[in-house]
Amino acid sequence: MLRPAGDFDRSYQQDMSVLRQRWQYGLLILGLIALFTLPYYASASTVSLVNRICIFIIAVQGLNMLTGYTGQISLGQAAFMTVGGYISALLVGQAGWNFFFALPVAALGAGLIGLLFGLPSLRVKGFYLVMATLSAQFIIPWFTRNAYRDVLNGAQGLNVPVPMIKLPVIAEQCFLGTTFNPEMGQCVYRFATPGQFIYITLIVLIFTTIIAHNTSRSRLGRALVAIRDNDLAAELLGINLFSYKLRAFFLASVYAGLAGALLAHNLRHINSETVTLVDSILMLGMLVVGGLGTSLGPILGATLIILLHELATVMTPIVISLLPQTATGATAALRPLIFGVALMLFLIFEPRGLAHRWQLIKAAWRLRPFSH
Amino acid sequence: MNWQLLPQFAITGLLNGGPIALTALGLVLIFKSSEVFNFAHGQMLLLGAMVTWWLASDSGAGLPLWAAIIGALLFSMLLGLLIERLALRPMTGQPLLSIILMTLALSQALQGLAILLFGTTQRNFPTIFEVTNPYRITLPFLTYNDNPIVVILRQNLVWSFVVAMVGVGLLWFFFQYTRIGLAMRATADDHETAQAVGIRTRQVFGISWAIAGIIATASGILIATASGLDLSLPLVVLAAFPAVLLGGLESIPGAVIGGLIVGLAQGLVALPNNQFILGPETAQLIRNSAEIIPYVILLIVLMIRPDGLFGRKRIERI
Repeated sequence: MLRPAGDFDRSYQQDMSVLRQRWQYGLLILGLIALFTLPYYASASTVSLVNRICIFIIAVQGLNMLTGYTGQISLGQAAFMTVGGYISALLVGQAGWNFFFALPVAALGAGLIGLLFGLPSLRVKGFYLVMATLSAQFIIPWFTRNAYRDVLNGAQGLNVPVPMIKLPVIAEQCFLGTTFNPEMGQCVYRFATPGQFIYITLIVLIFTTIIAHNTSRSRLGRALVAIRDNDLAAELLGINLFSYKLRAFFLASVYAGLAGALLAHNLRHINSETVTLVDSILMLGMLVVGGLGTSLGPILGATLIILLHELATVMTPIVISLLPQTATGATAALRPLIFGVALMLFLIFEPRGLAHRWQLIKAAWRLRPFSH
Repeated sequence: MNWQLLPQFAITGLLNGGPIALTALGLVLIFKSSEVFNFAHGQMLLLGAMVTWWLASDSGAGLPLWAAIIGALLFSMLLGLLIERLALRPMTGQPLLSIILMTLALSQALQGLAILLFGTTQRNFPTIFEVTNPYRITLPFLTYNDNPIVVILRQNLVWSFVVAMVGVGLLWFFFQYTRIGLAMRATADDHETAQAVGIRTRQVFGISWAIAGIIATASGILIATASGLDLSLPLVVLAAFPAVLLGGLESIPGAVIGGLIVGLAQGLVALPNNQFILGPETAQLIRNSAEIIPYVILLIVLMIRPDGLFGRKRIERI
């Protein structure tokens, strides 16, 4: 870590802290304020885009624990998102739970299913594990399409209700911005529009970021990195490989479950096509583009890849004017094309991702005017 | 269980396994020579079949079918060479994740390219083998309630299987007796020793990608002529991944047997089973499981015997 001369840590606390300087705190708070007030100054489509980015950041943070820190490549992250989405949809829609209780349960449920598909990691690794997680990507959506049709509604999927906060009426008044709903006889706040839903996403994202970053520098995180770097050496150092690999799978699937539940409630609908194998590939791509095994990576990667998707939508009219015969599938063509080419370029020219580039920029800024 | 239908479904499944085996062979070929598992194989199939269609159809180049097929095979050869040179060669010596992601990225890019060039509409692929007038074969020795069992086989299915098996035989001959084939096997065994005896390993990688492209197009044509050509074609290849692992990643006979077993399993689960012991709902579930049964097999293989039936045992050295 390069620091300018004269910048010392004066206490252990400062040495351990993530944000070392006052101005860093200031910037963080300013950034959070900018995000939380987004619905007041940005258009609805921008808010909904930011919402989508944040949800994918959560899922990629989970994948980062599994693939980035532990080195276990997974093509099943989207399947575990589906699990989380379905559990939350069933609990809120059919059992009538409050969304804020259903969300952690959905995350836990997805985590348990993730443990189940993490079991092959006991015996196989590397490419073989990719195939095992790929099988989750086929079996889980197939299950939602074919099993328990009366509950899961087959390929049609489920409609997901709007998350609500219900408060009792106190002294004939409603507090905290809720409005009185005569049908329920309670004060209700509905997170219906993207501008309202983004508050849930942002709060979950803040928690997941704190947990992810702090996990990475705890005993657990260091054990995971040791497994990635050399699993035999890690085992000799007393790390129980199987237990730690399963923990990584569990954490990754919990994050996927959270993201899936948020996505389902944001889109208000979930079926087996909501997130697919392509999204699993996309999330691995986000991780590599952002930077494997860094806390910043998922944030940068998810943002860049989803913005590239938007670029594909923007470029669609241009492509249609150039190639009029492909008018029907121009967006469907451009999205994978741009993503694939971008990922290939990153793999060849910047395999350590944007987070590494950001480190280089910071180092160059600190060392200016000298080059090294 | 309708036992009299068992031979019908088993034989149909086995025949469907032919193109799967050929596809699996394309994957094994590349893995054998360069230790790269090609997730983009499905999209190579798609592009090859699309180019064949374009060359043969009246709205495209309008060539006769045989010329179109040869043209498409040449195109896929060039595509394979191009992929090796531009995408995989820079990845030499990179970690596994980078290589896997490179072929995944390639699959996305090729998918986008295929849609961009040929659109999303379903195409009528020219029929190569006769579809009507299926073969009826009366099974010897077996009877059901004293009636002979007749198996009805669509002609295109039979001939696709035959062509796939001829392709497999040609490849076996190529690896066993030709100079380039032997060089490829040597490279697969040990890169450095192969280089020491004067084999140009780069050339070998290029050739194996070119051959894999040809195999991809051939299996793409076989599958498209049996079940039509649209963007779901790459999904067929997803049934070949488990076949490759079942047979063992480096084994050519393994790939063929794995493909046939996957086809057989897909045929068998589709068997109508009204009196299934676990009730009609489970029976329906099993009948619908043709698309995931390869992956169930895959999980079982990974749990019991990760190296597959004929794969090389991996011993980890420190």
